[in-house]
Amino acid sequence: MKEDPGYYEYWPYENRPKISWPNGAKVAFWVAPNIEFYELNPPNNPFRKPWPQPSPALPGYTSRDWGNRVGHARQMQLLDKYGIRGSISLSTALCDHHPEIIELCKERNWEFFSHGIYNTRYTYGMTEAQEREMIKDSIETIYKHTGQKCAGYLAPALSHSDHTLDLFAEVGTELFGEAAGFYSCDLFHDDQPTPINLRQGKRFVSIPYSLEMNDTIAYLVQKITPRRYGKELKDNFDRLYAEGAESGTIMCIPTHNYQVSNAHRIKAYEEALEYITGHSDVWVTTGKEIAQFFLDNYYDAALDDIKNKKQQYGNFG
Amino acid sequence: MATLDNDYLKYPERSYGMDHDRYEWKMLQDRKAVQWPNGKKIALWVNVGLQFFPLNQKGIPFKVPGGMTKPYPDLRHYSLRDYGNRVGIYRFFKAFDRFGIAPTFAMNTRLAERLPYLVGTLKERGNEIICHGYDMDSLHYGGQDMKEEEALIARALDGLRSLTAQDIKGWISPAKNESANTPDILASNGISYFCDWANDEMPYDFSTKNGTLVAMPLPTELDDYFIINNNLHAAEDWADQVTDAFEFLLEESSIGGGRVLGLNIHPWVLGQPHRIQYLERVLEKLSSHPAVWSTSGGEIATTWKNQQ
Repeated sequence: MKEDPGYYEYWPYENRPKISWPNGAKVAFWVAPNIEFYELNPPNNPFRKPWPQPSPALPGYTSRDWGNRVGHARQMQLLDKYGIRGSISLSTALCDHHPEIIELCKERNWEFFSHGIYNTRYTYGMTEAQEREMIKDSIETIYKHTGQKCAGYLAPALSHSDHTLDLFAEVGTELFGEAAGFYSCDLFHDDQPTPINLRQGKRFVSIPYSLEMNDTIAYLVQKITPRRYGKELKDNFDRLYAEGAESGTIMCIPTHNYQVSNAHRIKAYEEALEYITGHSDVWVTTGKEIAQFFLDNYYDAALDDIKNKKQQYGNFG
Repeated sequence: MATLDNDYLKYPERSYGMDHDRYEWKMLQDRKAVQWPNGKKIALWVNVGLQFFPLNQKGIPFKVPGGMTKPYPDLRHYSLRDYGNRVGIYRFFKAFDRFGIAPTFAMNTRLAERLPYLVGTLKERGNEIICHGYDMDSLHYGGQDMKEEEALIARALDGLRSLTAQDIKGWISPAKNESANTPDILASNGISYFCDWANDEMPYDFSTKNGTLVAMPLPTELDDYFIINNNLHAAEDWADQVTDAFEFLLEESSIGGGRVLGLNIHPWVLGQPHRIQYLERVLEKLSSHPAVWSTSGGEIATTWKNQQ
């Protein structure tokens, strides 16, 4: 075990090379619906219990199932209304279980990225070979069912190993070269994209996927009211929009159909979407498009800046 | 770090539909629209939990949410739950009658055994009573001995039927928790609908070894205990959330057909003097709306079933 994951350098949030998003936008805004499948009878993992009760653990299972049966269509209708293409964090077994949902997303040209096979199968305890196989399965499944070359990764249930990002990048290259496996949503250290150090040196970025704006964190961990959540989304946007005048920022709303689409919550979410997309200088986009744009335009300048600052101030760790 | 067996990467249920055979996979938007009587849009199901939390809680296999948390004797939690059955419920009755609400009472059989006065009041009122298990500490759970569970369910249902003189058709397990056998046992004991699977917004057919049950949508997310005691929101926030849910469902009903607004409430939570006004506020708003049909769980289940 390491003191620091070693994925990125300390890079202070001032005097960075200025980012200009397409059409002069101040904020790159993306919505990442997690479309997940949780199993009724998952196998044991010695490091994390999938459910608090012995299977069948109805409270957790039924809530997630509600998201697919009811919640998905509701959120999709909202994203259509505000011209937002979802960037889906996908439990890829859902392609087999619920292909109707995949078809609806394909019709809308939404992005699919990997969130593992099931959200009840954790990376903890996997050998490197097992984790590689799981990641490969997920990327191949996305390609088989959608024709998309998976660009991004969010580890299932945010369960990681020391090699997760390396393996994702390497499997992406093995299957599709530079066209796959080039961004991660697993790190929460910044409001702008940052280059990630990988063992094979692939050009790879971390794209902010906010844990703070995540509906499940807001509702299950912070336990805030829906109206408060709507207010926090607007507050988060206001600050990132203002700062984006100086250098482009990113706002992400990671959602879960079993949380944000509840009848008592969806109105507050809609008000926030209406507010955000009602601003003129917002680039409404997807995770992959942000990552690609940064790699094409700013990645090299970022690396140079990080290197120069490291030389000037020493290694921050 | 210990490593996992390669079976951890095998997925025996990875195929079309659910990972079990209890019900069909179908998104709500792809199902037949339901029409409620008299052109109503929202079936309002006010479901009142009448619960007995034993002081000598065993907590097998877990402590029921809302139960005792302190070392024995946990008088604070015992007596505050009891408050609901002594005081809060009488505030509820007044509110229901004032606003013309038809509530459903989900009762622990042990509570009915202990409180003949309350049972008498319920019988006089004539509202539907459903079974909420034997008591809040008699959980149904994965790994439970089937004979033991069969005896528990029979005891709960036979007892409640005899005490209330109602042919009990509905069921909610304590903590909405089940074993893999619970639905089969319920179906063989004369239950026609149950409310443990909070995975839908509308009723749906649920297969058992002993016939089909109707699974009824009673959202945990709008439960007063969940919002006020688990999420620590104020009663006023509960009222706001119910209002927002109602308005959204009403809008959705214009394209999707009739909807159910299931409110699971507890007299020891919303029956408190500082909270009851927010229940009254919600009931006043809902009962005065022309699109609302206030009715029982059983009536909603039957009306839905007759249109399938």
